[in-house]
Amino acid sequence: MNKPLRRIAIFCGLLILTLLIRDNWLQYVEADALQNNERNRRIAIERYAQPRGDIIVDGKPITGSKETSGSDFQYKRTYTDGPMWAPVTGYASQAFGANQLESVEDDILTGNDDRLFFRNTLDMITGKEQQGGNVVTTLNTAAQKAAYEGLAERGKGAVAAIEPSTGKILALASYPSYDPSTFAGNSTTTDTKAWQKLQKKNNPDDPMLNRALRETYPPGSTFKVVTAAAALEHGLYTDADAATKTPLPWTMPGTDTELKNEGNIPCENATLRVALQYSCNTVFGKVGSDLGNDKMLETAKKFGFTSEQFTPVRSTASVFSDDMNESQTALSSIGQFNTAATPLQMAMVASAVANDGTLMKPYMVDRLQASSVDTIEQTDPEELSKPMSSENAQVLQSMMETVVSKGTGTNAQIDGVTVGGKTGTAQHGVDNSEKPYAWFISYAKLDDGSSPVAVAVVVEDEAADRGDISGGGLAAPIAKSVMEAVIKSKQ
Amino acid sequence: MSSTTNTSTQHTSTIGSIGTPSRRNTELGLLVFAVLIPVFAYANVGLAIDGTLPAGLLGYGLGVGLLAGVGHLVVRKFAPYADPLLLPLATLLNGLGLVVIWRLDQSDRLQNLAELQYGAFSPSAPKQLLYSAIGVALFVAVLVFLKDHRILQRYTYISMVAALVLLLLPLVPGLGADVFGAKIWISVAGFSIQPGEFAKIVIAVFFSGYLMVKRDALALASRRFMGLYLPRGRDLGPIITIWAVSLLVLIFENDLGTSLLFFGMFVIMLYVATERTSWIVIGLLMSAAGAVGVASFASHVQARVDAWLDPFGCYQTSGACEQIGQSIMSFGSGGVLGTGLGQGHSDLIGFAANSDFIFSTFGEELGLAGVMAMLLLYALIIERGVRTSLAARDPFGKLFAVGLSGAFALQVFVVAGGVMGLIPLTGMTMPFLASGGSAVIANWALIGILLRISDTARRPAPTPPTNPDAEMTQVVRP
Repeated sequence: MNKPLRRIAIFCGLLILTLLIRDNWLQYVEADALQNNERNRRIAIERYAQPRGDIIVDGKPITGSKETSGSDFQYKRTYTDGPMWAPVTGYASQAFGANQLESVEDDILTGNDDRLFFRNTLDMITGKEQQGGNVVTTLNTAAQKAAYEGLAERGKGAVAAIEPSTGKILALASYPSYDPSTFAGNSTTTDTKAWQKLQKKNNPDDPMLNRALRETYPPGSTFKVVTAAAALEHGLYTDADAATKTPLPWTMPGTDTELKNEGNIPCENATLRVALQYSCNTVFGKVGSDLGNDKMLETAKKFGFTSEQFTPVRSTASVFSDDMNESQTALSSIGQFNTAATPLQMAMVASAVANDGTLMKPYMVDRLQASSVDTIEQTDPEELSKPMSSENAQVLQSMMETVVSKGTGTNAQIDGVTVGGKTGTAQHGVDNSEKPYAWFISYAKLDDGSSPVAVAVVVEDEAADRGDISGGGLAAPIAKSVMEAVIKSKQ
Repeated sequence: MSSTTNTSTQHTSTIGSIGTPSRRNTELGLLVFAVLIPVFAYANVGLAIDGTLPAGLLGYGLGVGLLAGVGHLVVRKFAPYADPLLLPLATLLNGLGLVVIWRLDQSDRLQNLAELQYGAFSPSAPKQLLYSAIGVALFVAVLVFLKDHRILQRYTYISMVAALVLLLLPLVPGLGADVFGAKIWISVAGFSIQPGEFAKIVIAVFFSGYLMVKRDALALASRRFMGLYLPRGRDLGPIITIWAVSLLVLIFENDLGTSLLFFGMFVIMLYVATERTSWIVIGLLMSAAGAVGVASFASHVQARVDAWLDPFGCYQTSGACEQIGQSIMSFGSGGVLGTGLGQGHSDLIGFAANSDFIFSTFGEELGLAGVMAMLLLYALIIERGVRTSLAARDPFGKLFAVGLSGAFALQVFVVAGGVMGLIPLTGMTMPFLASGGSAVIANWALIGILLRISDTARRPAPTPPTNPDAEMTQVVRP
């Protein structure tokens, strides 16, 4: 019986060998993939094993970490003024993961970034816990506060403010908002409930939507700034004060529909300045249709339309359509039809005008720091494009300044500061059935000619007043207080 | 070694037993390591989790040391020629198992889970230490009372009945307990017993006795067909019976592991007894047919097959998938060197983390290096078992030893392969490591029997008594 016994011994050996091979496969070949498997809770446990680095505004952290008990996640994220800063920070939740800045800069915040490797190794040798780095933002607390509180008084909406000369984002507010602290943990009783309450399906206001970056609204009349820039840039008109060839009423080409103005305003053959001052649909509609889809799209693209911006948090791409006929181009050029823009996009438009025609890439992370406050990475201002010449930009500035000094935007006037702006009221919904959006975009210019801030505000018009005045009435005061806050904090 | 009792060089008829040293001191030396390694591991867990040496360190060390010491003394007295490796190997595995069970007792996650499920958490390590003591007691009893394994031959058919009863006990209403779909437990007076673990040994007695008698009939009376010797129809009876019982176990107790184990053990023993490869082929065909048939009908088995094929595909929806997915991630997260004892998160597996899935904790905390070492420890036990079978002088002992070692090998393969996602998961536990009384007690008995057989095999043959008539014998020539 010994021959089969030896074979059985070999068979048993093969069984063990198979197990050894399988084990090598699992623990060597596949080990990395399994360690980083999305289902692997160890990643989250690791993430919350030490205090997370902070997000810093004006030298002060707007986030924190606190030790928790009764969970395998040791530290929990906390937020100061959570609802106000949520569009900037996003959330980092033990149960629901992270998004926006918390997710984009996760490696720095957890301390896992490769650039922290040397420091981490030192920490390991000296027996210290790994520490997360900090993210220093470009935001301005006073401006953010003015934006958030302004929105809270008036209703749903968003604000984006940029420093035109650099592209630094100064304010990024969205309302209604949420407090990311409420679901930062992983308790099924409190955190999950808070999370579910905030989901769009349970809350029609969709408080977790970052309206400043991730929602596009029809920009309405504020888009006329882009159309005016296109008219100047493409040489359709060269003088802001020369009469345009615009009949009143004006029938859109290829249709027998008249483009209507809001109210009885002096739009017949109006100059660009007057047309912007009174917000003439006919003038800018005709400009768009005269220039044609391609030229309008070219200018819109230079202002940043049709592409996502990475601030580094991604913003949705704003829309200006391709392949439109003349009447559609006319409607698009007054910010209707398919045209849609994020508040950040419209702030970029105002900032390009204020910065003499140069559009800077918007960013909100100034630098990344190691836990020892050494700078690991510094963001330098970067030119994104040049949508118009500085001469044309100055012409457009004077036009926008007229809007504020004696046009629809008088509510944004600030004593001792030159303000240029444009109002807008965007209708939407089938047969304009839904509440219109009140828009205001503006910039402030100081005596020395520098412009510290450009801002875009959109408010859902709860008063349902369809007059063009609502942009100036609802949105302009918020823009004004944001600009004032920035100017004051600069002094 | 220093054995002085066997320097004899006298001729005996059995090869391999000439002057065999007893190797008891080797065993003692190895036992010292087998006790010290788990004690260090225990200290390691305590330092990793609490930063201090665990309070029970002394008691635990003494406990394991005492068990090993008693085992050793009994072997020295009652089975002096027994294999020197088996006792230290079993002690080491049992000790490490205790350490990891204690380590999992410290897990907040498992404590919360138990409180949620049963209202209270009770640590498993003290129970396991008690079961280990009972196991060693049974081991001692086997060595003391079973003077010769051939005595068991007498109980061939009684063993068959006993094994069938044990196997089918979990199906008795009121006695059987359904644990996560598998009905392999009975509960008696508050204790959960897994009769299949004991049936493993009892049925090996039956197979050995039966095959020893029938081997010639099974081997010789056959027809040749396509290069294979096919047995006669009536000789197929026993294999078909065992196959049917295995299938019944599989279908009614939902236990893939036990049925695979019994059928596999029978095929191995049949092959050894008859030396006919055809039995292997027939056995493989029958188990394949049985497995495919059952897998396509039993939902419990089907879920496990799905979990095996793609654990992450059905991770959210199926408990079976989540378990195996967690187990695989546990292994993967351990990497080559492991996280170190007490520092992994294998408790994420949840239920059965310290029984069916205990090997995953070894995988995560000791890493590839540790798991390979553990697998080699098992390989050594199997190798010593097969070697015992080779050395055994009687066919019953040979069959019995190879049956037990083969079953042990299959069990290790099925369990380790299951938790590593190599084969579908079955409801068995890693011998000596896993928390659970029946398994540890039965496996200690198994080691006891192997020691008894090896003692008989390696014992020098008694000197033939000198025949007082020898000189006077007359040779009558025709």
